[in-house]
Amino acid sequence: MTDTTSPAPTAPTAPTAPTSVWAGAWRLADYWAMVYRRTWKASVVSSFVTPLLYVLAMGVLLGGFIDGDPARLEGATSYLAFVVPGMLAAQTMTSVVGECTYPVMSAVKWHKTYFAMTTSPLSVPEVILANLGFVLARVALASVVFLAVTACFGVYVSWWGVLAALPVQLLLGLAFAAPVYAFTAGLMNETAFSLVFRLGMIPMFLFSGAFFPVANLDAPLEAVARATPLWHGVDLTRMLVLGELDPTTALVHVVYLAALAGLGWWWAVRRLTRRMVV
Amino acid sequence: MSFATHSVTTSVTRSMARSLGAGEATRLLLYRNFLAYRRAWWIFLTGFLEPVFYLFSIGVGVGQLVSGFEFNGEVIGYASFVAPGMLAASAMNGTVLDATMNFFFKLKYNKLYDQMLATPLTTSDVARGELAWSLLRGGIYSTAFLLVMVAMGLVHSWWAVLVVPASLLIGLAFGGIGMALTTWMRSWQDFEFVTLATLPMFLFSATFFPVTAYPGALRWVVEVTPLYRGVVLCRELTTGMVSWASGASLLYLVALGAVGLYICRRRLDRLLLT
Amino acid sequence: MEAKLGESMIRAVGLRKRFGDFEAVRGIDVDVRRGESFGFLGPNGAGKSSTMRMVAAVSPVTEGELRILGMDPATDGPAIRARIGVCPQDDTVDTELSVRENLYIYGRYFGLPRKEVRARVDELLEFVQLTEKANAVVDDLSGGMKRRLTIARSLVNRPEILLLDEPTTGLDPQARHVVWERLFALKQQGVTLVLTTHYMDEAEQLTDRLVVMDKGLIVAEGSPLSLIAEHSTREVAELRFPVPPEGGSHAPMAAQVEDLADRVEVLPDRLLLYTDDGEECVAKVHERGLEPAATLVRRSSLEDVFLRLTGRTLVD
Repeated sequence: MTDTTSPAPTAPTAPTAPTSVWAGAWRLADYWAMVYRRTWKASVVSSFVTPLLYVLAMGVLLGGFIDGDPARLEGATSYLAFVVPGMLAAQTMTSVVGECTYPVMSAVKWHKTYFAMTTSPLSVPEVILANLGFVLARVALASVVFLAVTACFGVYVSWWGVLAALPVQLLLGLAFAAPVYAFTAGLMNETAFSLVFRLGMIPMFLFSGAFFPVANLDAPLEAVARATPLWHGVDLTRMLVLGELDPTTALVHVVYLAALAGLGWWWAVRRLTRRMVV
Repeated sequence: MSFATHSVTTSVTRSMARSLGAGEATRLLLYRNFLAYRRAWWIFLTGFLEPVFYLFSIGVGVGQLVSGFEFNGEVIGYASFVAPGMLAASAMNGTVLDATMNFFFKLKYNKLYDQMLATPLTTSDVARGELAWSLLRGGIYSTAFLLVMVAMGLVHSWWAVLVVPASLLIGLAFGGIGMALTTWMRSWQDFEFVTLATLPMFLFSATFFPVTAYPGALRWVVEVTPLYRGVVLCRELTTGMVSWASGASLLYLVALGAVGLYICRRRLDRLLLT
Repeated sequence: MEAKLGESMIRAVGLRKRFGDFEAVRGIDVDVRRGESFGFLGPNGAGKSSTMRMVAAVSPVTEGELRILGMDPATDGPAIRARIGVCPQDDTVDTELSVRENLYIYGRYFGLPRKEVRARVDELLEFVQLTEKANAVVDDLSGGMKRRLTIARSLVNRPEILLLDEPTTGLDPQARHVVWERLFALKQQGVTLVLTTHYMDEAEQLTDRLVVMDKGLIVAEGSPLSLIAEHSTREVAELRFPVPPEGGSHAPMAAQVEDLADRVEVLPDRLLLYTDDGEECVAKVHERGLEPAATLVRRSSLEDVFLRLTGRTLVD
């Protein structure tokens, strides 16, 4: 009979509580790597192909009918150059919102994978951190691919701006991921996701400056668009890759997005703890 | 009728369970879906918004950057150009979603159809009922969208009244094919192929820019895609530029719908009645 | 007996758990010693699972004192969870991963090195007899196999205490026996087992000592045998009668035999006579001219104790 308790010849490592939230989250790295190995195929189209198709349809083909007037395109010399950074930021939002809705609901409600995690020495903040880390890793991967492919179109003015656009995507991703995650964590019924997509994500995708300058909107709508997190992400990304960085504006964008991420994190920990630790 | 004197199974006077007529069965399934949606009416309501948002964003927002297009030789405003495209594309997207994702869920997880087919309902009833529901919804959305277009001054002809039946035809064509293909799907991962088929059609079927943007051979490819046929048909109707080519689009979509429904029915029989 | 047992593994004093207005656990005292096999027996809603979740350090204590391995779950939850194994009522195994992947991933949560976890997984697969299914996806496993996988998973960190919440609920008889046999093997190895169950045979098979819970309170405590001795008689004589017509009852008949037993219970189709000598009791019943359709004399079981203490009324 297999002996399951007495020490093995070489004494086994004792199971321990993690020394920090980061160390705890790192213990979930193998899990998320396995999830990615299992699901990456299903995400190829949405992560890599979709944004490029938009660039092709809007930037290249529709762009052929639009004058490259920098005065009307926030400094871009072609519509393609205008829309590419917009699509980068928009894809960051859409992929993150997708990852923080149904999959998180599944881990809390359907497959209950989180509940297995918290019977181990891991706790709620570590579970959230690891999940958000996974979401951001995917943002990084999708952004690198997008930047590399679109670089071939010759639309980037500043190479360091392109490099800086990458961490900006992570910040923007977290600014969406944390609040959406928090929303899902306390949600009982998934039908509300339709509202998130239809009244939140899609209008932002279409009106937050990704496809056209928000100045084209009526004044009140323009104010609304400028208040959305996606606009801050789009504007920051666009300033960077077009090499037209205004440090003060950029700082406002960073602070806004960081605040949203921080609040989202706080809210996520609170909501998931209330849901799971009862 | 008296139940008291007969046992339930041997009663001769009670109404006999019988097979339902096609219309009756379809109405029953529609009613079932109506009941299911009644609790989520706002999902029904907000489903109409997506094409409207696209119209305002691309048609109006981006439209300010675009000077007018030529369509069938006449210059039209960009919003007038994009609007019928959105109408056709949303007819496709709506029914494709119903016919693939939602249909798959019911087929594999809900086991709704197994339960239905244990009654006198037949596979054709089920397919017809689901498609009818999807089309009913699509028709309501199209009508609402048409009203938005009228309000924005994007309708230029009385022919436009016919875009509602035209959008139903687009729905039928895509719904039939979509359901047929869904019967071959194994897992959710296969739905990436649906996106891979519908997204390029949405973006490249002359919805946002004229087909003249393509070089020769590519243009020919675009012109034979079903959504392109739907988009030009709708555009010809709302701009009033109806021609013999409109009839060709019509025949094309009817044929596609018939083939899709035929395959779907054959596949459902094999899947469910074994 | 107490003296032979080791240190205190779980100690609860005045333990309470409230959910809003509802109090699931209403002040219980428990002391589980090293190497012991301890059971919580009770009907649905008795507060067993709430107690188990507090002991597993995943559910905060509302009131009272709780120490697991000498530590306070409110402050040392992760350290406690590192040293215990939990087998929840619903299998929370990842249905999209293979059997082996499930165990491996879970082992990593405990901060164990990859190589060690892999070796441990092989060991555990063998222990729960799933070696041949190692690469199967969990979705394809039977209910019994899934439960064995959950048990294997709870052992990945070589826990000092193993918590099992209704380990065999929903399993068919063969699968139940396999699980029992494995749990018995663990007990032999000295693992402290704590389990909840509403199956009497399971409690009799697996536990050294148990408490009967009802409506959030402990209503009895002891070994299975001592509980039978204390709350029931040695034997039970069952007298079967035809079910009386609507509105009727066997109560008048019970009155005729009341003096023959310690206690008589009236059920729709039979009378239960609790007595120390069943055969003698049945003989006397016949002497009085009563003619049951059938009679059965059996040893008193934990079930009799349980129903005596918690009543026959349905709780759900």
